[in-house]
Amino acid sequence: MRVLERKSLSPLLEALRRRGYEVIGPTVRDGAISYEPLSSADQLPVGVTDEQEGGTYRLAERDDGAVFGFNNGANSWKNHLFPPELSLWKGRRDEDGEIRFTEQEHRGGPYAFVGVRSCDLAAISIQDRVFIGDAYVNGDYESRRRDAFIVAVNCAEAGNTCFCASMDTGPRAGDGFDLALTELLDGGHRFLVEVGSERGEEVLAEVGSSPAEPRDVAAADAVSEDCASQMGRELETDGIKELLYRNVEHPRWDEVSERCLSCGNCTLVCPTCFCHSIDDATDLAGTESERVRRWDSCFGLEHSYVHGGSVRQSGKARYRQWMTHKLATWIDQFGSSGCVGCGRCITWCPVAIDITEEAAVIRATDRIEAVGINADD
Amino acid sequence: MTAAGTDSAVLEPTTPVAYRVAGKRKEMGDTWTLELEPVGDQRLPGFLPGQFSMLYAFGSGEVPISVSAIAGGSGELTHTVRAVGAATGAICDARPGDQLGVRGPFGSVWPLDAAEGGDVVVVAGGIGLAPLRPAIEQLIAERDRYRAVTVLCGARSPDEMLYPSELQDWREAGIAVETTVDSATGDWEGRVGLVTKLIPLAPFQGERATAFVCGPEIMMRFVAAELRGRGIPPGRIHVSLERNMQCAVGHCGHCQLAHLFVCRDGPVFALDRVEPLLGVREL
Repeated sequence: MRVLERKSLSPLLEALRRRGYEVIGPTVRDGAISYEPLSSADQLPVGVTDEQEGGTYRLAERDDGAVFGFNNGANSWKNHLFPPELSLWKGRRDEDGEIRFTEQEHRGGPYAFVGVRSCDLAAISIQDRVFIGDAYVNGDYESRRRDAFIVAVNCAEAGNTCFCASMDTGPRAGDGFDLALTELLDGGHRFLVEVGSERGEEVLAEVGSSPAEPRDVAAADAVSEDCASQMGRELETDGIKELLYRNVEHPRWDEVSERCLSCGNCTLVCPTCFCHSIDDATDLAGTESERVRRWDSCFGLEHSYVHGGSVRQSGKARYRQWMTHKLATWIDQFGSSGCVGCGRCITWCPVAIDITEEAAVIRATDRIEAVGINADD
Repeated sequence: MTAAGTDSAVLEPTTPVAYRVAGKRKEMGDTWTLELEPVGDQRLPGFLPGQFSMLYAFGSGEVPISVSAIAGGSGELTHTVRAVGAATGAICDARPGDQLGVRGPFGSVWPLDAAEGGDVVVVAGGIGLAPLRPAIEQLIAERDRYRAVTVLCGARSPDEMLYPSELQDWREAGIAVETTVDSATGDWEGRVGLVTKLIPLAPFQGERATAFVCGPEIMMRFVAAELRGRGIPPGRIHVSLERNMQCAVGHCGHCQLAHLFVCRDGPVFALDRVEPLLGVREL
């Protein structure tokens, strides 16, 4: 373990840029923390914190000069690894009716992601399983992800909508990073650094750091322990797959659908939601065509449309699809929960629907005798 | 440029390959069979019975369509398409010589090998016969691998009975073919009623039979119940499901049925994997 001085953040970003990375990190944009390309460490949100609750997000000042003294905003690293809109190919039909398709080059990266929270690290590894862990490897995602340099930052405070401790994804980053920082404010503004890879070691050597002393290590441990004890929400995951499979017919789905606006905010801010549509746009002459991949949401009627009508007509069915996918069917599909406990879906829901509350109500009113659905694999 | 039709060295399964309409036949009012051949050197891998392609009509859209015949490895593809929307309408409007984009092959297959040595019963509803035709043709081509082979076809009306002349060919090739219509018109002298009514009459022994079923989902559920009633275990009743499919490689999420991705895990499923799921409304 090493210690990085506060003033070394700028050289750290510089070292990453020198190595050819596009540095993406937190900055204040449109009144929220957003992960954006950074050209300077000055863009980091110094002295900024956030206040989050169901349906509420506000930035506020803090007087301790903390650089990472906030929790996640609406967007996540998904915006860069799995961009909201991506051109897949361009097609052309010539005068003789010959058609030709030209694939778009994979353009993203290499990225250095600075300030990745533990929940979002888990989210990245979950999307890895979706896009590059199966028979078909998504080339664009793979190229963005492959060389990404990750500087994790361990949260010092949990937000009111956070529940990473329940999902076993935080608050302290375990692996999957090149460097992990814990910001220490007492006794000198500095960062305890854990090195997760050889290239992390190399970058740190370029920046300059000092060996950690026991008091630094103890201070970082205390930060993470404090954070873990402050979780604003909790979600009981024991047997949750069977719970939701069993309760596929449950009156709570009707109740929640009366509040749900089917706006899809939860799916857009979710760092693991991967549904996307394949849209074509063709010019009026019918000679040029472009295929674009766009984020889609299971809350839209079109999402399940087949000839004759949508499979999931009701808001109830669409909320059930989202929550059951996130917490239950995902486990059968990809071997882990699709939820990392980041709390974004709670914060950004305009009517403050809370996935932890919905799961708790179903658990409290579990229809134990119900047959429900079974997954065979 | 490495191949006609596509300017790319490594082809993503998300990029279509240009195919030309080599032949076209009207099956019924709004339903056409198109034979497609590769335009250039680029051709898709061979399809198996039950698999589907994504057919793209330039400027109109892309839809999943099961193969309705299997050619002998030369890259040709046969699809039977009903014009029900913009994309399928444009595909049905394509004339010989016109080009379409094709991706595939995608999805699971009718498990013909697993049916060897037993009876086979094929149940089709309407255009559901199209995805079953390659399986029926293979059953006929390898007739001595199976015992009794029966094809049961239901249609709304005689005009909507798909492949009528082939039904006769199949009878002559040594398999039983029975038909029924929901409502008789014209000079129809055959059976009237749901296809489920044909099942009690079919010559198969449940304990050694395998069933392949394709049609509207509600029809498949009732057919499956009848087949189970005649003793076919649910693990040997196979159905082909339809869901919204866009990427066809299990990434876009639209085709999810609980934990299953219909495009990747299906479209052909053994009934025991999907029966509890099909019983839940709007799942």
